[in-house]
Order: sequence, then structure tokens, then C-alpha cells
Amino acid sequence: MATFGWPEMLFIFRSAGWTLLLTLVAFSIGGVVGAALAIMRLSPSRVLRAIASTYILVIQSIPVLMVLFMSYYGLSLFGIGLPPFLAASASLAIYASAYLAEIWRGSIESVPFQQWEASSSLALTRPQQYRYIILPQAVRISLPPTVGFLVQLVKNTSIVSVVGFVELSRAGTLVSNATFLPFQVFSLVAAIYFTICFPLSRLSRHLEKVMNAGRPH
Amino acid sequence: MPAVLIENVHKSFGAVEVLKGVSLSVESGQVVAIIGRSGSGKSTLLRCVNGLEACQSGRIEVAGHVLDQDQKKLRELRKDVGIVFQSYNLFPHLTAGENIMLAPRLAKGLGGPELRRMAEEVLAKVGLSEKFDAYPDNLSGGQQQRVAIARSLAMQPKVMLFDEVTSALDPELTGEVLVVMEDLAKAGMTMLLVTHEMNFARNVADVTVFMHQGRIWESGPSADLFAAPKTPELQAFLSAGVH
Ligand SMILES: Nc1ncnc2c1ncn2[C@@H]1O[C@H](COP(=O)(O)OP(=O)(O)OP(=O)(O)O)[C@@H](O)[C@H]1O
Ligand SMILES: [Mg+2]
Repeated sequence: MATFGWPEMLFIFRSAGWTLLLTLVAFSIGGVVGAALAIMRLSPSRVLRAIASTYILVIQSIPVLMVLFMSYYGLSLFGIGLPPFLAASASLAIYASAYLAEIWRGSIESVPFQQWEASSSLALTRPQQYRYIILPQAVRISLPPTVGFLVQLVKNTSIVSVVGFVELSRAGTLVSNATFLPFQVFSLVAAIYFTICFPLSRLSRHLEKVMNAGRPH
Repeated sequence: MPAVLIENVHKSFGAVEVLKGVSLSVESGQVVAIIGRSGSGKSTLLRCVNGLEACQSGRIEVAGHVLDQDQKKLRELRKDVGIVFQSYNLFPHLTAGENIMLAPRLAKGLGGPELRRMAEEVLAKVGLSEKFDAYPDNLSGGQQQRVAIARSLAMQPKVMLFDEVTSALDPELTGEVLVVMEDLAKAGMTMLLVTHEMNFARNVADVTVFMHQGRIWESGPSADLFAAPKTPELQAFLSAGVH
């Protein structure tokens, strides 16, 4: 039986790095796709709107776990074997894109419509309106919920352990099985999640307060 | 060729017909005021003129552009037609100077020191030279509205539209905005304005138009219209004193 010593702890810390990397990749790709979806949802084209809202509806209506299984096992049916890290980041990115799209659509919509009217009256094109008038205001509005979602995403990375990818919680399980010290091991794992998420939660809370207090210059 | 030509315009919101065949023309350099009760269709008419509302039938021509909902044509028209709203609608994340310079840069391709000089010029015209770097939040309502006017002027429009631009302001601040508009009128700007300021319409507008129930009920040279209103509706409107 192994002891719960430095090597085990180091293993857990290193796996926390994978959790962070997974979050980062999922958030970046999900963010790009989510932004495109949000703009599509608000586009004058009915087709683009329908495509985006169907995608969002479908992804939000199935557990991330199923997205993960489908990208991992489903693709292997067609002979496409995704490495666990790719399958994990792809499915988390898909999940993130749908949620971020909705957060950002809401933020864009909460910019007063008079801002659209004033800018179109000044002969700006629609992309210019987004770029110079709407998005700068929407980004401010979206910061607290976006950071809030990031916290969810960090915690949700734990599900990818089911396809064999060793991130923080999977590392905890492995060490716990080897040492028979589940309480000590998972206390450490929880403490690491907390260390990552707590500052983010506080940041989200703080941003919200700052926004409500008016715009600082 | 009039600067603004509105011919038999009809506009409905759903089943409600808000404009029931409005015709109006504004000559170049003329100031025309639109007065009337709340809900008579004044704002809707003004918003049709720069295409913010699409009318169902009729024809509108402004500054040589025939109104068309095609976005590209609409932008060409809007480069020549400024509008100022009751609620200012400045861009809150930009300073006064940036508010003013944005559209000339993006829509007209101006830039460099020339753009900055032009922005300073229009800001001086509305008496706010020292506020170039101020954010809208740090300006009074009257100052914000004057920046909004300057922002429109920076596009060097041929026609300016004003929709009750002083209605959201305290009486003390109303004056400073009206002075700016009066200066503009004197400088020869073609102006079509909706207003509740009867004195302003009487003294500054060449022609005043009284709208009632989606129609132009009565119109004429401002002096005559106010001195001798013909229709009972306008008489009642003017004597009510509350606009
Ligand atoms: N977007 C809209 N959708 C539905 N109805 C509208 C819309 N805009 C205006 N209306 C209706 O059209 C009518 C005319 O409105 P409009 O704003 O043109 O009046 P107004 O003369 O400018 O009034 P006020 O002096 O109060 O500004 C009103 O009955 C109003 O409720
Ligand atoms: Mg109105």
C-alpha cells in the first residue's frame, strides 16, 4: 500500500494543471464559437438564427456527459479515435459555447436599442455598430456572468475522468484507491478546486458590484 | 427642389394607422416645426424621414436621396441627414470627442489632425470646447444634448431632424440647447423639428405644422399660425397651454 506522501501530492498538483489547461482550452474555443453563435442568434437572417438557436437548444438539453460520450465513443464507431484530451476539450468546448452564447446574447440585448438607432442614424454599418458601439458595452455587462460560468466550467471538467483522462478529480480517485486514505486525498483535491474557484467567484461578485455602481472610467 | 419632400405617407403599427397620408415639404435653409398632441404621430413622421421607421406607402426624398430600405442607400442618406433624440443617446463608453469623431471616421473616412480639428470646431459651436475628453456620465443633460447635436453636425448634414430634444431637460437647461438650435437655424441649416416649445416654434421656425390624429391638420407661416389658428383643434391645443 502506497503512502500519501510528496510523490502522490505532486501527482495531484500536476493533474490540477491538466484541469486548468482543459478549462482554458474549452473556454477559448467555446468562447469563439459562442461569440459567433450569439451574433448569429441576433442576425437579421432567419436561417442563421434558426441554426444557432437549434444548436444551443440541443446542447443545453443534454448533459455534458452525453456530449462527452458521443464525441469519445461515437466517433470511434466511425473509426475516428479521439485521444481523451481532445475528446474532453471538444465536448467541454461545445458545452461552453452554448452557455456562453446565451450569456452574451443576453448582454448584447441589454444594450439599450437607442444605441443601435443612434449609431445607424450616423451611417454606421452593422459590423461597425457591433465593433464600436454595442460590443464594448455588452462586454462590460457580460463580465460578471462570464466569470461566473468559468467557475462552473472548472468544476465541470471533473466529468472528463470517465473517458480515462486524468485531471484533478481522476487523480484524486487514483491516489485514494492506492492509499486507502480517501478523506485526506479528497480534502486536498477539494482544497485545490476551492483555491482556483474562490478567487474567480469573488471576482465575479466584485465585477457585478462595480457594474451596478455605474461605469468607472 | 425641396430639401425634404414627404408625399402621402402612410404608416401603421399593426392594425393602428399612425400616419394617414402625410405630405410636407421643407425648402433648403428652412426651419419647420411640428407641433401636436402626444400620440399624434410627430415622432413617427420624423423617424420615417431618416428611415428609422419604414412607412407602408408614400414617397420621401431627403437631401437628394429617395428613401429606400436598402441598407446601403439608407447609409448614403444618413450621411446627409442628422437626427437628435429626446434622450440624447450618446455612446456612454466614449468621450464627447470620441462620440463626435467616430462616425466621420468610419462612415466618411476622415482622420488625423483634420478630424480632430473638425470635432473641436463643432464642439465649440455648441459651447463645450472644454468638454472634449469628458464622458457623457459626467455631463449635465443639457451638455449631453449639445454634444449629441455636435455629433450630428460633425457629419456635415444637409438636413437636421430634432425630436423633442429639450423635453427631458430641466427648464434651466432647456435654454442652452435652444440657443444652439437657434444659432444653427440662423446659420442656414435646414431643420425639421418636433417640439413642445411653442415660443421656439413661433420665433424660430419659418413654418409650423400642427399634426392631429396622424394627419397634418393645419400648417402655415409660424407667425400666422400662432396668431390666428383656423381649426378648432389647433385653437384648443394652443389655448390648453399644456403641451
Ligand atoms: N414602435 C411602435 N409600435 C407600436 N406603436 C407605436 C410605436 N411607436 C409609436 N406607436 C404609436 O403610434 C402613435 C404615434 O406615436 P408617436 O410617437 O409618433 O407620437 P408623438 O406625436 O411623437 O407623441 P409624443 O408627443 O408623446 O412624443 C402612438 O399611438 C404610439 O402609441
Ligand atoms: Mg414623440
